[in-house]
Amino acid sequence: MDRSKLSRRTWLATTSGVIAAGLLRTQADAVRLEAQETPEGLRDPSKVPGRPTSEVGARAPGEQPRRLVRNQNLSSSSRTPLQDLNGTITPADLHFERHHAGVPDIVAEDHELLIHGIVDRPMVFRMADLKRYPCVSQTYFLECSGNGGGAYSRDRMPTDITVQALDGLLSTSEWTGVPLSWVLREVGVRPGASWMLAEGGDAALMSRSVPLDKAMDDALLAYGQNGEAIRPEQGYPLRLFLPGWEGNISVKWLRRLEITDRPTMTRDETSKYTDPLRGGAARQFSFVMDAKSVITFPSYPYALPDRGWWEIKGLAWTGRGRITRIEVSTDGGRSWADAQLQRPVLSKSTVRFRHLWEWNGGEALVLSRATDETGYIQPTVHELWDVRGERTSYHQNHQRAWKVASTGEVTFGLGDLV
Amino acid sequence: MKGLVAVSASLILVACEMAGVGEGEGMESPYPLPLDAPERFSFGQDASEDRISLWDIDVRPDGEGLPQGSGTVQEGEAVYRTHCLVCHGPTGTEGPYHVLVGTAPWEEWPGSRTIGGYWPYATTLYDFIRRAMPQLTPGILTADETYAVVAYLLHLNGVVRDDALMDAEALPAVIMPARDRFVADDRRGGAEVR
Repeated sequence: MDRSKLSRRTWLATTSGVIAAGLLRTQADAVRLEAQETPEGLRDPSKVPGRPTSEVGARAPGEQPRRLVRNQNLSSSSRTPLQDLNGTITPADLHFERHHAGVPDIVAEDHELLIHGIVDRPMVFRMADLKRYPCVSQTYFLECSGNGGGAYSRDRMPTDITVQALDGLLSTSEWTGVPLSWVLREVGVRPGASWMLAEGGDAALMSRSVPLDKAMDDALLAYGQNGEAIRPEQGYPLRLFLPGWEGNISVKWLRRLEITDRPTMTRDETSKYTDPLRGGAARQFSFVMDAKSVITFPSYPYALPDRGWWEIKGLAWTGRGRITRIEVSTDGGRSWADAQLQRPVLSKSTVRFRHLWEWNGGEALVLSRATDETGYIQPTVHELWDVRGERTSYHQNHQRAWKVASTGEVTFGLGDLV
Repeated sequence: MKGLVAVSASLILVACEMAGVGEGEGMESPYPLPLDAPERFSFGQDASEDRISLWDIDVRPDGEGLPQGSGTVQEGEAVYRTHCLVCHGPTGTEGPYHVLVGTAPWEEWPGSRTIGGYWPYATTLYDFIRRAMPQLTPGILTADETYAVVAYLLHLNGVVRDDALMDAEALPAVIMPARDRFVADDRRGGAEVR
């Protein structure tokens, strides 16, 4: 990066803010300040007053991470820039999007949640009602089960794909809301109930059937995300949140829950979000996201400028509880070393892992693999192909690989292993 | 081994941290109700039958939820040409959006998840079209028009004859080619990859 250019841009932004605040009154003052430079030719921000307080903050001009938008279709997705983020929390405006008929404009005061079906007391809740219930806040990952499908086909294994383009349908937030079990207690679920249809208030009335066991376990009626109201793209003002399960079933813009005794067999649990297997069967209701890890650094299109010490960084998660171990390989999976896990390791959330690596300047193939608390080890793509065939879709949680060339250039390297 | 020891220690730490909010194993719910919670809070309003019927639009494989009305394959062709063709093509195979028509099983992919090749229940067509189609004017079709276009799509996919009529009795009786190919998720965690 051109530091002198960046610093001039920052400085100009700073100066214009100061002028707007009336602290500097003349152009001459600005010109005089422009002349003040450090010996190295860098602008010195300590020689000019800073900007005053503001009602809403903004990112630094030189830090402008963006979601990756594929197209402008109404049914589309955008992906989180995993390579630009630290820690585990995804800024709410960078949380991935996947919607089936666009983002609806909903006024919270007008929004209602209807709960009916096999219950004693069908009820309608307004947002003020739901917010009056006791609430909880929990940090959970959310991943679209289509995440990573771009690196599953033997014939179309890419080399020039970023971690954002491949696996950016993953985000982590602190979600706030009322446990669904507490609200179902109010309506009185009757004996014989076993499923629940969840329906959104978007133009697709997106709907999924949820086993009642999950609804009574850790499901949330969520209205908060990272301390603020849920963003419109994430379901404002209310979404279902089912920790550890494929993102599609955490229905956004939630407006109806019908307690039933069987699944409804909606479009999105039959023709979509099902997994064709080897032999002609298709797996249905494959809710849980199995353990997975991705390396966010080094990754394409970065180029390591010199040999020496580098920290391999990444994220890992499992829908079955906690990640217990991350291993990293720099030789294509021939040998593995334990990576460090950033504590605390939360259940059904992402964990940041790191592994210090001294690059000797030779070609390297860098992999990670996750183990979760059930003993499940993130499989190789060959293991998934063996049990599911090569034409399945969704839930492609196999190990990824980055290839570091002797020039330092990094490309997606899974093709070297197939 | 060093990594394993560190991980065990972190798990114990986390377990202690989480015990206070009820995430420990063997708890009935990860979110125990506050101790003083009443039997009911009663925030919210009772929902009347009218209120429920306003939104209760889902249709299930046994036909529950299907409205009165009917439509034929021939009527459905007209509905299709007016509302569907622009996105799905003259014969349902051209796109530009989802390919609807095809009878090839999915072993012959890459292809699309066509109605004839992949959809297990004909009722899902009615449910989905009623809630989400046409994409730019969802909800515009009458019950008769929806039955008709469902009949037409089933016919294009070779599932029903060209003189078929769909209504609340006929639609759930349609057996889709892919119906028995779906199996429940058998992944359970643990060492085995499935």
